[in-house]
Amino acid sequence: MLKLENISFEVENEKEILKDVNLTIEKGKFIAITGPNGGGKSTLARIISGVLKPTKGKITFYGEDITNLSITERAQRGISFGFQQPVRFKGITVHDLVNIAKGEDLSVMEASHYLSEVGLCAKDYIHRELNDGLSGGEIKRIEIATIIARNTKLSIFDEPEAGIDLWSFNHLIDIFMKMHQSKENSIIIISHQERILDVADEIIAMVDGAIVKRGAKESVLPELLHCEDPKNCLNCQDILEA
Amino acid sequence: MNDIAKKLLKEVSGLDEMPKGAYNIRENSKSVARQSSENIEIVSKEDKSGIDIIVKPDTKSENVFIPALVSCSGVHDLVYNDFFIGENADITIIAGCGVSTGDSCDGSEHNGIHRFFLGKNSKVRYVEKHIGEGTGTGKRVIDPVTEVIQEEGSYMEMETTQIKGVDSTRRFTTAKLKDGAKLVIKEKLMTHGEQFAESKFEVDMDGEDSSVNLISRSVARDYSRQTFISKINGNTRCMGHSECDAIIMDHGVVSAIPEITANSLDATLIHEAAIGKIAGDQMIKLMTLGLTEGEAEAKIIDGFLN
Repeated sequence: MLKLENISFEVENEKEILKDVNLTIEKGKFIAITGPNGGGKSTLARIISGVLKPTKGKITFYGEDITNLSITERAQRGISFGFQQPVRFKGITVHDLVNIAKGEDLSVMEASHYLSEVGLCAKDYIHRELNDGLSGGEIKRIEIATIIARNTKLSIFDEPEAGIDLWSFNHLIDIFMKMHQSKENSIIIISHQERILDVADEIIAMVDGAIVKRGAKESVLPELLHCEDPKNCLNCQDILEA
Repeated sequence: MNDIAKKLLKEVSGLDEMPKGAYNIRENSKSVARQSSENIEIVSKEDKSGIDIIVKPDTKSENVFIPALVSCSGVHDLVYNDFFIGENADITIIAGCGVSTGDSCDGSEHNGIHRFFLGKNSKVRYVEKHIGEGTGTGKRVIDPVTEVIQEEGSYMEMETTQIKGVDSTRRFTTAKLKDGAKLVIKEKLMTHGEQFAESKFEVDMDGEDSSVNLISRSVARDYSRQTFISKINGNTRCMGHSECDAIIMDHGVVSAIPEITANSLDATLIHEAAIGKIAGDQMIKLMTLGLTEGEAEAKIIDGFLN
């Protein structure tokens, strides 16, 4: 489904952020990417969605070389990207954004369905502007609703749990599990949250711009945290929750 | 009324035909259609060009249409309209001006001098749209002057919109508010080409617990220039807020010049201004949803000026 070959990304006069990354993700998979801050996870997500261009390497999506395609072209081919810090707009309403995501003019009832999916009371939000009046958690849930509305072959979420309260977080896991029921669509989630790592098919650990380990949670976390029993280790839990 | 005037009328006031209730339609410096209603009387001024609109006390939920149209080049229209709003009345005024100069190299202009006298506890919603059309080099100029006097407990909401088409505008609005009077002004403006627009507000809050809220959202494209000047004087216990939010594109220039003066310890006055280009993140977000760069830009602008 998605193939990254020798992807590197460097910024002039700064260190190499991604170093020769090779990665293949199969159709219908739920992949979690984890690792310490500054490891290159968000950069990788931005490179897949086209927000950043790699300085080296090739990206193939369903057999098509998309390395030089724009953000729009990749979106139109079926890649969605949920921002870590959702963008705010003056004058654009939640309903407008869901319409844009869906690519058609939905009725209030149809658009409300996607808000209900992320645990928002639709009637309180559907006509709200996406401005500073919304809390971080509210706008994050709306961001996720737009990705659900798109229902694309690949959905990438950059730290979807950031800014979301505990109740919503439980609901968030359910959302991802529901999305994962589709065996046609794939999910990539960048996360530090163990409960998200728990429900993923596979975990990819990134450190210093490189993939250091890929596999089931039990095999990846010990190497990442240099600990044999991260699940019962308080220090590891602190690192994961951070 | 010719086809150009009919088109302008539709764009300015949404009218396909003569409305019910009170109206006065002005075309090329003359009143071409007029009707008073039981509660709203429209009469010509005797000493100069213009009308008096007299609204009886306690009039409720009535509209009055007063569009002004300039459907050819070489017109220099100056009109004086006075609105006398009776106590406890609650009405909507749909005004606006359309200037079309066709393919002429002669310009046209419309200058409306409007005065509003709001009686105690009256409520007015004033909606005004400016339209400019034409392919020639003739300049389309609209310079409105608005003076508002609000008695105790009255409420005035002004919504003014000018999207492209008008080459030069100097808008000057003054207001004096008595006890408990509230004034809300929402301005939407887009300039392009080499257009120029200036909006100047001077508000005196003389009455206790009076308030004003000025909200301006504007977009300056190409080589156009805009100036937003807001002077708010809080002369007693009152609340004043002005907000200028502008997007600049291409070589557009926007100046925001606030002047807030608290002449009383109990006056609370705030001015906010933000001028900048469209945020890159906003464009990227909409492009990740499948819009092209041009579509994303149009959505952001449409929403901003909505």
